[in-house]
Amino acid sequence: MANRPELIAPPEIFYDDTEARKYTSSSRIIDIQAKLSERALELLALPDDGVPRLLLDIGCGSGLSGETLSENGHQWIGLDISQSMLNIALEREVEGDLLLGDMGQGLGLRPGVVDGAISISAVQWLCNADKASHEPRLRLKAFFGSLYRCLARGARAVFQIYPESVAQRELILGAAMRAGFAGGVVVDYPHSSKSRKEFLVLTCGPPSISSEAPKGKVGDMESCSDDESSGDEENRTVCISDRHRPRKKQKITNKGKGREWVLKKKEQMRRKGCAVPPDTKYTARKRKARF
Amino acid sequence: MRLLTHNMLSSNIKGVANGFPLLIEVEKVIEKQVDFNPDFLKNIFPKIEWQALVQASRSMGYSELPEESPESSMLDSDDFLMKFHHVLLELHLEEGALVCPETGRKFPVNKGIPNMLLHEDEV
Repeated sequence: MANRPELIAPPEIFYDDTEARKYTSSSRIIDIQAKLSERALELLALPDDGVPRLLLDIGCGSGLSGETLSENGHQWIGLDISQSMLNIALEREVEGDLLLGDMGQGLGLRPGVVDGAISISAVQWLCNADKASHEPRLRLKAFFGSLYRCLARGARAVFQIYPESVAQRELILGAAMRAGFAGGVVVDYPHSSKSRKEFLVLTCGPPSISSEAPKGKVGDMESCSDDESSGDEENRTVCISDRHRPRKKQKITNKGKGREWVLKKKEQMRRKGCAVPPDTKYTARKRKARF
Repeated sequence: MRLLTHNMLSSNIKGVANGFPLLIEVEKVIEKQVDFNPDFLKNIFPKIEWQALVQASRSMGYSELPEESPESSMLDSDDFLMKFHHVLLELHLEEGALVCPETGRKFPVNKGIPNMLLHEDEV
């Protein structure tokens, strides 16, 4: 990400009236937010009994993510620090309740009342110190501590985050673990730079088998075929043998790239989530001489 | 803001031991129709602080909820569920304020959004 909004201004100032309107009128952002919240809701793994739950949307903004929750029939409470974003949410007549608040000051909620929490692209804001009184470590602690208290036992919290660096991810995850959460990071499409998404999946309460973090999505964005994992294995061995080949010899054998190389490249693109034609007997076959 | 949210909110000011329930200062109340869903009501009922809900509904001008915390058998009565539904999800505090019971600090409510932002010395 070239220009991160976190580095430009504090959230309540960055998302002013114009930015909030711009954000919510972009069909691309709406689409991404809807997909992310859909996935976050899936990771929440609420019991599949059709009963609406009370969920928390942290950094709800203009209510794009909350809309997904409403569509799935849940009641939700949204928290955001930007008044402009909340005004847009009012205009859009979202069904959940909105609160103007700062997650870094802790959530003022009674203990054990919320059945789950989601947050789309918000928690990384906590890592910035926008005021002299801000101390990221303390703000993360206040946030995760109060979140742990207000969640029901066994409830999950799913945060989609854009950490700037490994250190930032460690900071967030560390704060969550110290607050008593179990769980970890789930990465969807880890090989792609564009569609790669990180979710922090946290479970409230003592660690158990069910609190283990679920698997991220890999491979093609649309279809996830099983034969990919087997192909993966082969490619890895190819890569290693390539690496051990002496350098000089590589230069001399100038026979072109060959079928194996093409297959490897196709596999790489597939893992990034690109649309790649299937491997057939025609793949990388030499053209006839008369061509 | 619905009373469902009010029932979950507590004052978050540093040093406040019991910030629940927040008192309601009413300037304007509106009602919005919401689909009736008995499953949700039955699920949320054990989590509701009944006294706080009754008090809140009284201050909003609705006094048909029973004073005593109802027994779970009441949840089968449609009449009770409709009242519960109305209070919990359909009454909105549009303008007014929430008041911390311990410090008296006011959290203003504008256009249905309570401003829960704390000053730096309250964190």
